[in-house]
Amino acid sequence: MTWENYYMPLTTGEAIELLVEKQGKARIIAGGTDLMVQHRSDPLNVRALIDIGRIPGLKEIREDSRRIYIGASVTHSQIVNSALLKKKGRVLVEAARTVGAPQIRNVGTVGGNVVNAQPAADTAIALTALDARIHILSGDGEFEKPVIDTFLGPGKSCIDPSKELVTAFSYSIPGPGERSCFARLARRESLALPIVNLGLWLCLEEDDHILKDIRIAVGPMSTVPFRARETEALLKGVLLDKAVIEKAGRSISDEVTPRDSFRGSADFKKQMIGVILKRSLESALEGKGVDSDEREQ
Amino acid sequence: MSGSNNAQAGQMAISFKLNAKEYNLTISANERLLDLIRNRLGLIGTKEGCGGGECGACTIIMNGQAVNSCIIPAARADGAEILTVEGLSGGMENELHPLQKTFLEKGAIQCGYCTPGMLLSAKALLDQNEGKEISRELIKEGISGNICRCTGYQKIVDAIYTYARERKGIE
Repeated sequence: MTWENYYMPLTTGEAIELLVEKQGKARIIAGGTDLMVQHRSDPLNVRALIDIGRIPGLKEIREDSRRIYIGASVTHSQIVNSALLKKKGRVLVEAARTVGAPQIRNVGTVGGNVVNAQPAADTAIALTALDARIHILSGDGEFEKPVIDTFLGPGKSCIDPSKELVTAFSYSIPGPGERSCFARLARRESLALPIVNLGLWLCLEEDDHILKDIRIAVGPMSTVPFRARETEALLKGVLLDKAVIEKAGRSISDEVTPRDSFRGSADFKKQMIGVILKRSLESALEGKGVDSDEREQ
Repeated sequence: MSGSNNAQAGQMAISFKLNAKEYNLTISANERLLDLIRNRLGLIGTKEGCGGGECGACTIIMNGQAVNSCIIPAARADGAEILTVEGLSGGMENELHPLQKTFLEKGAIQCGYCTPGMLLSAKALLDQNEGKEISRELIKEGISGNICRCTGYQKIVDAIYTYARERKGIE
């Protein structure tokens, strides 16, 4: 292994100071479940690693009056076990539950999952469906942007871990009529990357099945997590019935452009994404995947 | 800053508790926790299988959670509490933990390579569900990060299930 120093700062300020001081020769490590594996075949060219796992603020899941905040080093297990997210972030809980196995979920973080920028990263798909924003700290200060804007290509994020530190993700607290869910097809239930996955968020008119708004995020359908905007447009303002759901399935199959891979052919993925969208819409209508307080009544 | 580097480049001093014993060690900044456990401490019960976090042979319990020691930097052990298979019986030499005995009784061991990791995943699951009834489904999920190429898993699930029930006093 290459790095000479391993730092475990206790504040974000210390972490940023180290990044600035090392001038691009150090990088952030979160859980390390991807980084440590990649390093075996493609050694990291860094002099130091800065482990953010001991910064208390980055491990929190909390809400204020408008938004839910998930710290960058929150693990998949923390998400799965969060009472707040079970109630107000169903798509994220369901996505986190499918990642790896207990040993990976106990260590791997949501920040790492997003910065690693794989086109079908489960929590990245969920955060994209939630229209989440990413909060970033650098030597120049703090900024935020939509999570979807950070993905540049397979394994390529606009976030530079030798200069920047992700502090949190945030999204609007779900209101009445909002529901979300996650679906995934894989060879086995554990330790398998998805053949296709889908994060769905929608908002229904009260007392009705008319879709006020919808977001569909899917992977691996492009070089980055993909928003199926044509299919979303087709569904907006429409009464969600069986015929519309059928049409939505066909629409998304036509819209996506997956590649052939050892996990499945492009044709198979196109077919399957239609199937899991239809199932997800049906389950949303049945009231499964309900966010906000509706579910408790 | 915890686990900070000392004067010699690449070396760092850490302290941690492993199998109820305190350790103060100087390690390399780029060492894996698995190598620390096997090579420095000589505790070779923890195995290396895939080396990439996919097989679970290197599973240990760190701060109450099952983790793959092959992809954890050793530096992170600083301040941690760790349990390896050698510590399962609580330090009694030549004694087995009742879970280990149940593995033997139920034929849940064949070549044995996955066994330490399997035991620790099971232990973490049982500890996290203390006092609750544990279903076979939950056991399967609990050991889903541990690959066994011999047993077909059935007898491992049987052993954990049997022990979990005995522990709760259900026959």
